[in-house]
Amino acid sequence: MRMLFSYLRPYVWKMTGGMTIKFIGAIMDLLIPWCLAYIIDNVIPTRSIGLIFLWGGIMLFCSVAAWLTNVMANRIAGWVSKCTVENIRHDLFHKISGLSCAQVDGFSIPSLISRITSDSYNIHSMVGMMQRLGIRAPILLIGGIVVTLTLEPVLALLLVATLPFLAVILVVVSRKGVPLYTSLQKGVDRMVQVVRENIIGIRVIKALSKTDYEKNRFDEVNQDVVGREKKAGLTMAVTNPSVNLILNLGLTLIILVGAYRVNAGVSQAGKIIAFMSYFTIILNAMLSVNRMFVMYSKGSASAGRISQVLDTLEDLQVKEGEQDDREEHVAFRHVSFSYSGTEETLSDISFSLKKGETLGIIGATGSGKTAIINLLMRLYEADSGKIFIDGREVSSIPPEELHTKFGIVFQHDVLFADTVAENISFGRDIPPERLEEAARDAQALEFINELPGRFDYELAIKGSNLSGGQKQRLLIARALAGKPEILVLDDSSSALDYKTDSQLRQAIREHYAGTTTIIIAQRISSILHADHILVLEDGKEIGYGAHEELLEECENYREISESQMGGGNVA
Amino acid sequence: MPSYIRKEPRMRQPKSKVLLRLGTYLMRHKGMVFTALMLTIASNLLALVGPTLSGYAIDAIEPGKGAVIFEQVFYYCFLMAVFYAASSALSYILSALMIYLSQKIVYQMRKEVFEKLADMPVNYFDTHQTGDILSRISYDIDTVNASLSNDLLQICTSVITVVGSFIMMVRLSPPLVTIFFVTVPASILFTRYRTKKVRPLFHKRSEKLGELNGFTEEIISGHKTTKAYHQEATMQSRFDQKNEEAVTAFYNADYYGSITGPSVNFINNISLSLVSVFGALLYLYSKISLGDISSFVLYSRKFSGPINEAANILSELQSACSAADRVFQLLDEPSEKADAPDAIVLDHVRGDVKMENIRFGYTPDKIIIPDLNMIAPAGSTVAIVGHTGAGKTTLINLLMRFYDPQGGVISVDGHDIQHVTRKSLRLSYAMVLQDTWLFNGTIFDNIAYGKPGATMEEVTAAAKAAKIDSYIRKLPDGYQTYLSEDGVNISQGQKQLLTIARAMLLDAKMLILDEATSNVDTRTEIQIQAAMQELMKGKTCFIIAHRLSTIQHADNILVVDGGNIVEQGTHAQLMAKGGYYANLYQSQFH
Repeated sequence: MRMLFSYLRPYVWKMTGGMTIKFIGAIMDLLIPWCLAYIIDNVIPTRSIGLIFLWGGIMLFCSVAAWLTNVMANRIAGWVSKCTVENIRHDLFHKISGLSCAQVDGFSIPSLISRITSDSYNIHSMVGMMQRLGIRAPILLIGGIVVTLTLEPVLALLLVATLPFLAVILVVVSRKGVPLYTSLQKGVDRMVQVVRENIIGIRVIKALSKTDYEKNRFDEVNQDVVGREKKAGLTMAVTNPSVNLILNLGLTLIILVGAYRVNAGVSQAGKIIAFMSYFTIILNAMLSVNRMFVMYSKGSASAGRISQVLDTLEDLQVKEGEQDDREEHVAFRHVSFSYSGTEETLSDISFSLKKGETLGIIGATGSGKTAIINLLMRLYEADSGKIFIDGREVSSIPPEELHTKFGIVFQHDVLFADTVAENISFGRDIPPERLEEAARDAQALEFINELPGRFDYELAIKGSNLSGGQKQRLLIARALAGKPEILVLDDSSSALDYKTDSQLRQAIREHYAGTTTIIIAQRISSILHADHILVLEDGKEIGYGAHEELLEECENYREISESQMGGGNVA
Repeated sequence: MPSYIRKEPRMRQPKSKVLLRLGTYLMRHKGMVFTALMLTIASNLLALVGPTLSGYAIDAIEPGKGAVIFEQVFYYCFLMAVFYAASSALSYILSALMIYLSQKIVYQMRKEVFEKLADMPVNYFDTHQTGDILSRISYDIDTVNASLSNDLLQICTSVITVVGSFIMMVRLSPPLVTIFFVTVPASILFTRYRTKKVRPLFHKRSEKLGELNGFTEEIISGHKTTKAYHQEATMQSRFDQKNEEAVTAFYNADYYGSITGPSVNFINNISLSLVSVFGALLYLYSKISLGDISSFVLYSRKFSGPINEAANILSELQSACSAADRVFQLLDEPSEKADAPDAIVLDHVRGDVKMENIRFGYTPDKIIIPDLNMIAPAGSTVAIVGHTGAGKTTLINLLMRFYDPQGGVISVDGHDIQHVTRKSLRLSYAMVLQDTWLFNGTIFDNIAYGKPGATMEEVTAAAKAAKIDSYIRKLPDGYQTYLSEDGVNISQGQKQLLTIARAMLLDAKMLILDEATSNVDTRTEIQIQAAMQELMKGKTCFIIAHRLSTIQHADNILVVDGGNIVEQGTHAQLMAKGGYYANLYQSQFH
């Protein structure tokens, strides 16, 4: 909540203005029934028609004023909440961009997305509603009570006496309601998950004829959700009738006591009539307060989730680092690393590459191939050992300088719902001729030329209107387009057939001679021409050298090679 | 029309039709609907009596000092208390009833949608976004639900209140009622203005929020890529633009929407002022009692409320209708074609598969397989190779009847599969697909998925054969380890091994491997290949793979290019032929 106030601070004057206007509006609303009482008790006895019209005119004036001020105040409130939320989202997105990959893993991507989207909507509604009702409802409530106190102190006190009961009901019900809604949300999440699983696995489900089983599984979660919703609904439904009941009983009591007071000559019937009007106002204000309670609890939960992200300190600051004078482009020296902090992902990895050399990395799933790239780009920080680029430790290179050295395709990399050209240039300032060149080198130009609109062809979400191989080639074009110093391909030619794969390697050899290349692959043919090959097993180096050396020295490598190439018929 | 052809999206139905169809859901619970209506009428009538009673009480007070008629005051106050209490009780019962009713309907709708989904041809999921389907079963049905439980009651209440208040007011003082000749048209004009102006704004607002959502999802998912290319600033400026558009659309809707509340109030206040003035005048001429003015004031507030609320209810109904239409649209999609009436159940399958003169295209105007013939005798292995996107998965889609061909016959053991039940056909295949599919559940459940009632021994044996048993045993909960969506606890390769274990457990005579091993790295692949050989023994196998090493042992190799089978034969035959396949094979070492 403190986070929210700091975002509201720049708009304090605007809000104060808005609230003042709102205040005037609320007073106007309160004046109208007061006029009514005055007409009945004081004007009618004078039997002056002129006066009646005069007071009628005053009421009309108040109505118009109330309308104008309320509309104005609401618009100011809308404007303030718009600006506040815009700023919060901006900062939140900015913060998330700056988080390290380890931190993003910690929050998990779906959770970050829901914080930017649904949580910020909740804040929007809350900020708007609090401004609209936050002044109006209390003013109407307190003002209504104050005016009734001046009209008829004794009766007004009766009204006041009902308030504690209302407060108790509101507090008790919303205390019970909030956890019930949280649990409902969990149930809904579970239901959506089952449907999602079914959509994704539809072929498997149909192949195994598990349709009926899945229907039953869905039926269970469906029933569960319905049950939770009923429970929450039945609890929340208590408030309105009971608030109504208590206030109405209060009203009855007022008439009763009023009767005695009128009989004793200390009050008039007109005042009791005016009381009725105030009564409606107070009742509505109470219901608004009730809505605010619900909104507040929703909004404050969201604000908490947002500030949790905003308060995260960015790790991976740029540090002072060692210089190293050896003539190497990329070097790892005794690097160890663990994602979880318990099990070592990489242990004691060392290799070095001269400018323009190629490194191939091969090894079992989970052997730490991708971790090497993550460390080299300092997406994660190594636990021990040193990593150098051009003799500088990566932890001493500012990220903008470090990252622009690279052209990279990750495993399962992403394409965006945008044009082909935009997916290749990816926000960088790259001339169209260069895009075409990169596409040609990536063996993508052929299929791009067949697309309607060529480079202006719009990709669907996640590039789903392209085949797996086409997607990979587009991603490789993206990596090549920036003429990188270091090119990294993480298992990014797996969907290419052998021919395309070899053409790609040839293009890289010819046109990117000065580029140091790291290729992670599962196919030996993708890496066998590399200057160095690193064989990993369980995060340990079990072989390092050129293809022929490894065939002799590394048992493991030989096995892989034989199984893939049918043994020894290397041309 | 064959089931695989995607129909043109059904036109949006007129609102009246959608409402009628929604009505049929209500009509399934006639008793509840009827009770709800009765309760609504009763509770509103009780509430309507309140002001009259208080008016009587005030009339009894009116004589003033020393002249208050207490018996009447007591009497009416007592009645008021009783009526209000009854009204509150009824309104709670009513809410509860409506919650039960709407939950029954929502349950029914979700069930129908899900069962529809389960019966839909695979094509539907290939051509529709997951997010869109999900939003129909959750968001859209919720919108209908909210509208059913609120608006319906609101409409009933409004009608009763308006009619009831009007009658009461006419009874109290016909001349005063004329005031509403001013305020009612004003309300109607306002409502029309508002609907016209505001509806498109609200529409735009949800559209822009949707765009922001989509963009955020895309960019945050690509966080690592953005970072690697150092494009944080570019993405920020794009996000800011979407954000700006979204909040502006929100504000615009707010700007006009913010008129509603004050306007409702304004019209109320105008009525009150007019009632005061004319009421006072009438009182002067003794045409009305003070108590009646009091009651009239209360009724007038009740009367104008719903009329102004109508604007809100209308727009809510509008959105409920479009949500319901989206749900109905899904329900109206064609299901998977029913099995032929003479369909037989395949059993004791030998595994002779034959394709004759198959002609197929995902859309009828774009035929990708003009004429395919293939024979796979029982126990043989067919390897399908070719470029990505050359049409290899298409063959699997046809074999499993995920799609039906436009022409030609596919047969298993001599039975045309068009005349075989889908269930028995599909169960005679074991399948390992490129995308591993595991659901939230234990490892045991995931492996045993295809074989209900599988024992622990069977599951362990399958896991052993897939070389995943020792990994599973190392997990703290072993076979009872719970796999979850964001489960970082299991790697892609291990997921693949689990799906292989699942396939191993099936006692199927035919096997389909769709690039199944491309997610398993080479080392693991070597280990499972032996097991695969074991699994393949005595089965008719269809293998799709890019790795030539896996298919060298095949009895028949289908080389696919541009959807056509360009070559067929064994590895040796094809190499000797020196054609497309030989070329493909050589290129791996260039």
